[in-house]
Amino acid sequence: MKTSVPIAVTFLVGTSLVLAIFIPHTPFSTLDEHFSVWFNILACFAFTLGGGNLLKTHLTKIGRRERDWQYSVVTVGGFLVMLVAGLFKLGAPSWDYDYIGRETWFKHIYDATFTPLQATMFSLLAFFVASASYRAFRAKTREATLLLIAAAVILLGRTPLGHVLTAWLPEPLAFLQISNLSTWILGVPNLAGQRAILIGIALGIISSAIKLILGIERSHLGGGRDA
Amino acid sequence: MSAPLHQRLARVDRRLIFLAIGLSVALPLILNLRLAVRPTPIVTKIFDKIESLPPGSRVLFSFDYGPSTMPENQPMAEATLRHALAKECRVYLMTIWETGPPQIVRAIDEVVKKDFPERVYGRDHIYLGFKAGQQGAINALLADFKGLFTTDANGAEINSFEIMQGVESIRNFDLIVAIGSGLPGVKEWIQFGGDPGNVPVAAGVTAVEAPLLYPYYPRQLLGLMGGLQGAAEYETALIAKYPHYETQSSQAIVMMGPQTVAHVVIILFIVLGNVAYFLERRARKKEGR
Amino acid sequence: MDATSAQAWFNPAKANLLVIAALVVAAIVWSIARARGGAPVKIRRIAGLDAIEEAVGRATEMGRSVLYVCGMRDMDNVQTIAGVTILGAIARKTAEYDTRLLAPTCRSLVMSTARETVRASYLAAGRPDLYSDDMIYYVTDEQFGYVAHLDGLMVRQKPATCIYMGPFFAESLILAETGNSIGAIQVAGTAMPTQLPFFVAACDYTLIGEELFAASAYLSRDPGMMGSLKGQDFGKLIAMGAIAIGVLLETARVLTGSGGIASISTAFIRLFALNF
Repeated sequence: MKTSVPIAVTFLVGTSLVLAIFIPHTPFSTLDEHFSVWFNILACFAFTLGGGNLLKTHLTKIGRRERDWQYSVVTVGGFLVMLVAGLFKLGAPSWDYDYIGRETWFKHIYDATFTPLQATMFSLLAFFVASASYRAFRAKTREATLLLIAAAVILLGRTPLGHVLTAWLPEPLAFLQISNLSTWILGVPNLAGQRAILIGIALGIISSAIKLILGIERSHLGGGRDA
Repeated sequence: MSAPLHQRLARVDRRLIFLAIGLSVALPLILNLRLAVRPTPIVTKIFDKIESLPPGSRVLFSFDYGPSTMPENQPMAEATLRHALAKECRVYLMTIWETGPPQIVRAIDEVVKKDFPERVYGRDHIYLGFKAGQQGAINALLADFKGLFTTDANGAEINSFEIMQGVESIRNFDLIVAIGSGLPGVKEWIQFGGDPGNVPVAAGVTAVEAPLLYPYYPRQLLGLMGGLQGAAEYETALIAKYPHYETQSSQAIVMMGPQTVAHVVIILFIVLGNVAYFLERRARKKEGR
Repeated sequence: MDATSAQAWFNPAKANLLVIAALVVAAIVWSIARARGGAPVKIRRIAGLDAIEEAVGRATEMGRSVLYVCGMRDMDNVQTIAGVTILGAIARKTAEYDTRLLAPTCRSLVMSTARETVRASYLAAGRPDLYSDDMIYYVTDEQFGYVAHLDGLMVRQKPATCIYMGPFFAESLILAETGNSIGAIQVAGTAMPTQLPFFVAACDYTLIGEELFAASAYLSRDPGMMGSLKGQDFGKLIAMGAIAIGVLLETARVLTGSGGIASISTAFIRLFALNF
C-alpha cells in the first residue's frame, strides 16, 4: 500500500495531464491550472512542516547548548519576528492592506535586513567568478584555448571597452569588432551548444517522466516493498 | 628558500584576487568613472517600440526578480517604466515572483511618484501585485485577466478602476515588458503569454539568462536587455531622446565603469594563470630532460 | 480558440506534437521491455557517477562527512526527483561505509521524501541503526539563505565530499567555490544550462543535462531503467534527422531561391511548430 497507492496516483495524474495537452474539452483544458493550484496548496501546508522542523532543530540546539547555539537563537528570533509581522500585518493601516505595503513592519524589516543580505550573497558571485576564472581558464588543450579566447572576447564585449578597442576596424572587418564577435559567440556557437544540451535534457525529462508514471522509478517513494 | 616564480603565480592566494576585484569595483565608483555606452539593435528595438506607442496604449510590466538581482534588473525596469510613462501609456504593474512586490513599490516610488506626480492611480497606472502559480498564472491571465486579478495589490475591487475597463485578457495589451532573473520569467511570458496572445514581449534579464533567450529573438521576443550592459544601453537611448532624465536614469551607465574595470582585472588574472601554467610546463620539461 | 473548438475532444493543431511524442514514448517503452526481456544494453561510462564511490570512500578515510544538496526546487521538478533518487544510491554507500551523510534541504516536501528514501537505503544496507532524521533537515525556502547555511556548514564542518544534484540557479558557483576552498571533492549534476559552466569550472566531476536523469539507471544497473536510456537515443535520432533535413532544405532555398523548395521547407518546419 505504501508504494502502490502513490504509484497509482502518479499514473492517473500523469496520464491525465499528458492527455489534457491534446484535449480542449472541459475539464481537461483546465486540469493543468487546477493541479498547479492544488500543488501550491500542498506546498503551503508543507511550509508548516518545514517551519516546525526548523523550530525543532534549532530549539533542540539551543536547549542542549550545542556548538554555535547562539546562531540558532538568531534564526528562531528572526523566523518568529517575520512570521508575526507578516501574519498580523503589523503597522498596516487596515486589514485589507498588502502585508508588504509601504507602512508595514514587514516591509521595513525586509528592506533593512533581507534586501542587503540577499544582495550581499549574490555579490559573492563577482569574487568567486574571478577566482574560478583564474583557476579554470588554462590553455591546456586546443579546446581549452578556444574557450579561453571566447571568454576574453565576451568579457570585453559586455563592456564599452570592447567597442572602444576595435571600433577603428574598417567596415569589411566589422565582424571582428569585439562587440560583434561577442554577440556572434553568444548567438551562434554558444546557442547551438545550449540547444543541443536542452534537447538532451528534454529527452531525459520525458524518459524520467515515463519511468515515474509507469512506476518503474520508485526509489523516491522509499523503495520498499508493499506491506 | 621561496618557491619558484611559476609556483607562486599559479597559487595566488584567492584573498588577493578578492581584494583586487573589490578595489576594481570600488575605485571606479569612487572616482566616478563613466564610459560611453553604445545601444545595440537588440535593445533599441524595445526603445523604438515604446517610442512608437500612441498615448493611452496599454503596457503590462511584470517585475519577476528579487533583491539579489536588483542591481541588474531595477535599472532596466525603471528605465522602461519611465519611458512608457513619458509616452503617456497606461501602465499595469504586476509580478509572478514572491519577492517582486518590493521591487514594484521601489519603482513606483522612484519613477511614478518622483517624475510623474500628476499621473492618477487607477486611471494612468495600477499596481496589481503578486500572483502565485508561475506559468499557470500567465495562462489564467490570457484566459481571464480579471478572473485572476480580482483586486489590486491593496485589496480594492478591480472593476472600480478606470484603467481596467476593456481589459479582459493579455490580448488587450499593446506590449508586455517582462523583467526577470530566473524561473518563472521571460521564457514563460513568451511561451504562455505573448506568443499565444499575439502580444509583443520585450524582455530584460540578468546577463547569465540572456543567451537562453536568443532563440526567441526577433520573432517571439521583440528585444532583449541582457544584464547591466543591456540596461545601460537602454538608459543611453532614453537619455539621448529625453535628456532631462539623465540624473534619474543613469544607474546602469554609472555601473559600466566598475564592470569594465572588473572584467579587465579578471582577464589579467586569467593571463597571469596561463603565464604560470606555461612557465610550470617549461620547468617540468627542463626537469624531465 | 473559439467556443466550438474549445469543446472538441482533440485539438488537431497539436497532431504533430502527438505523433512525435507517441513515437518517442513508444521507443522508450519498447526499449524498456526489450531490456527487461534480456537484451543487452551498453551505456558509456559517466565519469561523475563512477567517481561517487571514490568520493564517499575518501570521506570515510578522512573521517569526515558527505554533504548532499538536492537542488533549489520542490518535488514537482523532475531534476529534484532525479536528485533524491541519486541520494538514495549514495545513502546506501554511506550506510555500508559508516560515513556521516548530511542533506540539508530547501523545501519541506523534499525533506520528507529524502528522509523516506535515505531511511529505506539504510535499511536495505542493513544499517538502520545509523539512520537519523537529523541527517536531513529543512533550512529555508529562500535561495540565498539556504546557500548561506550550506556555505557556513562547509566552512565549519569541512565535509570531504560535496555532491550537488538537481536544479540550481545563481548559487551554483557560490557552492562550488566554497567547496573548492575547503578542499572537498565535488561532484555536480544539473539540467540547468546556465549553471553548467560554473559547475564544470569549479567541480571535479559534472553530470551534464541528461546524465543527471541517467544516473538512477547507471547506479542501479536495473535493466528496465537502462533500457529507457536507449529509447531516449531514438528521440535524439529524430531530432538530429529533422535538424539535418531542415538545414539542407533551408540552405537549398537560400541558394536556389526556388519557390518549390521554399514551400517544402516551410511545410517541413510546420511539422515541428508548436501550436498552442
